[in-house]
Amino acid sequence: MTTTDEPAVTRSPRAAIKARNLRIDNWRRGPILTVLGITAWVAYATFRVFYQGDYWVADYHYLTPFYSPCVSDGCVPDSAHFGRFLPDHPLLPYAALSLPFLLAFRLTCYYYRKAYYRSFWLSPPACAVPDGHAKYTGETRFPLIGQNLHRYFFYLAVAISLINTYDAILAFRSPDGFGLGLGNLVLTANVVLLWCYTLGCHSCRHVMGGRLKHFSKHPVRYRLWTISSALNGRHMMWAWITLASLALTDFYVMAVAAGWITDLRFVG
Amino acid sequence: MSDNDINEVEHLACDVLVIGAGGAGLRAAVEARLAGKSVIVISKSLFGKAHTVMAEGGAAAAMGNVNANDNWQVHFRDTMRGGKFLNNYRMAELHAQEAPDRIWELETYGALFDRTPEGKISQRNFGGHEYPRLAHVGDRTGLELIRTLQQKLVSLQQDDEAAGESESKLQVIDETTITELFIEGGAVKGAFGYRRATGGFMAIAAPAIVLATGGIGRSFKVTSNSWEYTGDGHALALRAGAKLINMEFIQFHPTGMVWPPSVRGILVTESVRGDGGVLKNSAGERFMFDYIPEVFKAQYADNPEEGDRWYTDPDHNRRPPELLPRDEVARAINSEVKAGRGSEHGGVYLDIASRRDAETIRKKLPSMYHQFKELADVDITAEPMEVGPTCHYIMGGIEVDADTAASAVAGLFAAGEVSGGMHGSNRLGGNSLSDLLVFGKRAGEYAAAHASGAESPKLTEAEIAAAAEDALRPFGNEGENPYALQSALQAVNGRLVGIIRKAGELEEALTELAALESRIANVSASGGRAYNPGWHLALDLRNMYVCSVATAKAALERDESRGGHTREDAPGMDPEWRKINLVASLEDGEVRLTRQDVPAMTPELLGLFETAELSKYMTADEYGTATTDPSTTVEEA
Amino acid sequence: MSTRTFRVWRGDAEGGELAEFDVAVNEGEVVLDVVHRIQAEQAPDLAVRWNCKAGKCGSCSAEVNGMPRLMCMTRMNLFADGEPVTITPLRTFPVVRDLVTDVSFNYEKAREMPQFAPPADLKPGEYRMQQVDVERSQEFRKCIECFLCQNTCHVVRDHEENKPPFSGPRLFIRAAELDMHPLDARDDRREAAQDEQGLGYCNITKCCTEVCPEHIHITDNAIIPMKERVAGDRYDPLVWLGRKIFRKGKAPSATD
Repeated sequence: MTTTDEPAVTRSPRAAIKARNLRIDNWRRGPILTVLGITAWVAYATFRVFYQGDYWVADYHYLTPFYSPCVSDGCVPDSAHFGRFLPDHPLLPYAALSLPFLLAFRLTCYYYRKAYYRSFWLSPPACAVPDGHAKYTGETRFPLIGQNLHRYFFYLAVAISLINTYDAILAFRSPDGFGLGLGNLVLTANVVLLWCYTLGCHSCRHVMGGRLKHFSKHPVRYRLWTISSALNGRHMMWAWITLASLALTDFYVMAVAAGWITDLRFVG
Repeated sequence: MSDNDINEVEHLACDVLVIGAGGAGLRAAVEARLAGKSVIVISKSLFGKAHTVMAEGGAAAAMGNVNANDNWQVHFRDTMRGGKFLNNYRMAELHAQEAPDRIWELETYGALFDRTPEGKISQRNFGGHEYPRLAHVGDRTGLELIRTLQQKLVSLQQDDEAAGESESKLQVIDETTITELFIEGGAVKGAFGYRRATGGFMAIAAPAIVLATGGIGRSFKVTSNSWEYTGDGHALALRAGAKLINMEFIQFHPTGMVWPPSVRGILVTESVRGDGGVLKNSAGERFMFDYIPEVFKAQYADNPEEGDRWYTDPDHNRRPPELLPRDEVARAINSEVKAGRGSEHGGVYLDIASRRDAETIRKKLPSMYHQFKELADVDITAEPMEVGPTCHYIMGGIEVDADTAASAVAGLFAAGEVSGGMHGSNRLGGNSLSDLLVFGKRAGEYAAAHASGAESPKLTEAEIAAAAEDALRPFGNEGENPYALQSALQAVNGRLVGIIRKAGELEEALTELAALESRIANVSASGGRAYNPGWHLALDLRNMYVCSVATAKAALERDESRGGHTREDAPGMDPEWRKINLVASLEDGEVRLTRQDVPAMTPELLGLFETAELSKYMTADEYGTATTDPSTTVEEA
Repeated sequence: MSTRTFRVWRGDAEGGELAEFDVAVNEGEVVLDVVHRIQAEQAPDLAVRWNCKAGKCGSCSAEVNGMPRLMCMTRMNLFADGEPVTITPLRTFPVVRDLVTDVSFNYEKAREMPQFAPPADLKPGEYRMQQVDVERSQEFRKCIECFLCQNTCHVVRDHEENKPPFSGPRLFIRAAELDMHPLDARDDRREAAQDEQGLGYCNITKCCTEVCPEHIHITDNAIIPMKERVAGDRYDPLVWLGRKIFRKGKAPSATD
């Protein structure tokens, strides 16, 4: 037998197939839709967080998630459930305390990573289609090694989801006390969807029980892991639905706050 | 070795050469390496792809994890009954005794079998087994077995590396075919073969050789076997001077896929029936109740109600007849189809959809679910499968010593499907995986011992050159395309030596085979030597041919019906034939058949059976002083 | 029965090109059936690797119309009428001839990782494991080693230079299998996955999962859980900070 110390790289070559890829299906569709969807959302979200207005419906206590918690000196006092301590500056969003972490949570999310690596970074654009870059080191070095911090952004995202939940509960108000309007349904639905996304996160799955070696010794955590796993199976779906629900919720609150529409009231 | 010179022969040497990298071969290699020997394993395909992966149901071992009444004696009895008492009793005994240890050992190699609630290895029901006995992983047990052994070999290689041993202590050479064994003074001394990738030749000197090449199923048109199953080991052994026994016994698995045509023959695991599936004809009748033979009446339910109760209360009910040994079920299906009660595409219906809920089916039979979904567009949780018999396994093979797995040629050992005797005239499902573990280990152990006492053999230039010339002959021939010849051979076997046989047809088969002999000898290959499947098949054809002749001759000679050999013109078992093994050998290139006594069971083992049962198979003088006069011939239903 | 045009890459390390074959196709056939027909009737030396023809052995991996697939599990009715069928060898591995490639990369990577380590205190027959505890690893043991995941993974498919440091999805599921094995005696599986196997190269773009013929959730159930386990051991900011401050060694791994 011949033994050689040569690295695999210098072995006999690969098949010299002329076409760089031979896929004849519409593989460009996925990345294009992803780019369009994410770009549109980011544009809208950027406009909204720097807009610094129409985020609060005083009569019904509707607070858009893009401004929660509202902690800037510029916030309407009633909307600031957790105090106002950041300076009011046009470049500082009113929810500047939570937005970076929410952004980081989604940026480091295992699903979004797949989505933007494929679409924005073309690495790879689709399966069996060549990488758009000559060099590749993955998530082995700075800055991408930071993707490993996803778990810790997940913890913060849980805290922020709790705040969003609190906001949604506080919103069951009218000038006369308890109230229920279409805005409540929108806010509540958004919060439920946010939980489906957050609790189905891969890090949550790990924390709930995925890290264990013996499920049989931890029946409760096994149950929690099972639930998280079930949500996780549709993580991509929740990721897109919550992007939509966040934007729609915000738009609804903005529209009511700006007086473009009036909230459809069922009670109060 | 130089890649540049294709005519240069690569020379290797080892203590124990294992030909075949399925379960038996790998288990033998593990044992031989643990005994301190240097080992080379030759694999016809890639490492870990051997036909063992196709085994689905499980490995039979009387561990008693699910039913504590199980023990080796019960397993032994089931095996002998399944084989219609033609088995080499000593092999069946060793097999039943050692199978549990061989299974438990796999767990220490990393195997993950399905579990019982107590955390032990779960066991499932299977045809012919009195208790739930098959250790399994869903319906992909063979894959688990091969992967576990593959990984054990890697772990041994790593141990060698850590201990500073040379890599040559344990090598797996993949995609390599052995074409010749070298013999000197009645003992093996090495083998000759080619690497498929390059076509380069290889000569390996070894004082001990284990054949573990599997079966011959590729000689049949409708088969569950892959291209590798060309009877290489059978033919190599014959040419080396060893003997084959029981070649007439071929198991047609009752349930192969029948539609679409391209998947015809692909296996549908017996677990479908073990887990509740039933067979129905086009009229919707559970026809198996009409086909319970006399010898099995005591163990099988004669009505659907009792059969159904058995799944939950096996201690107080008899098992459903769908779980009769495979030969019985295959014949029953054949009869239904012939009587015009077959399914649309010439099979019968195997229905589990109406018997178990969809979730259970997907969980218990995941790969069957996928196989039908993806290959036939059939959702087995909603509709029945169409199934029919497919050539699956050959009970016959190299005659070996039960304890040592040694053949008649010194230094030549055999284990697994290529060996004969263990299963008698019919193998029980699940006994194959345990067989290859038990006798793979024994073959490795005794091959290592043999190598210890032997000198390092020397191969001569002349014999290597002759083998090389032989292997290259198809390139110089002006004969036919190997694929066409293979089709012709398959057609003869399928038409005339299939599941139901007749003397006249077998004679016709022998005539047609004889006509093929010269055509096969003159088969031609085109193209170069690197990865040339046409050339490979051309070389395999002669092996397929010699096995086919041995089978047809033995089938013609044995004028009775038993297990995997059914003669329409000689129905029923004949106790006189039970005493006889047909032995094939090669003399001057011709297959010769002789008769030989089946080893007589010891009184202790005979004592495990009721006299009444023995009387159905044996003559009175064999099982002692019987009080009644048993009938001499048992008619089968 | 109908006739179709198949384009099959033929050649070897020296070069090659797509050869066209007009060949009959019958109802219910898979791509491998048609390749066999080409072999039997038109090109007897056409090199193709196959074994079981039932999706159980993982031998007949190739690329059909650009997508990595098992030829035996690719039904002809997948293709629209008149759609060409192009079959090429796996791109990531060196070509041997025609549709056959040298997949030894995968076997070498398997040899580099420690195999199952049996617990010292248990004898054969004494192993007790609960079904819920073996199920995760059992999913990974469904792997038929077709190496389609290895082939499609862009880390090595598009970057040959990553082959030495990167073991690939097939070996990541093996690492996960052993890390989740209820009785495996080693506690360095995740460290090895990160440091020796190059788990960090994976950017979870999930093509391995997409092409897996066994439908193993390679990314969600093996790679990401392993990344999470590594993250817990190594990238926890508090642990990291503590280590910076106290200059301690590596964090102990969880064994519960």
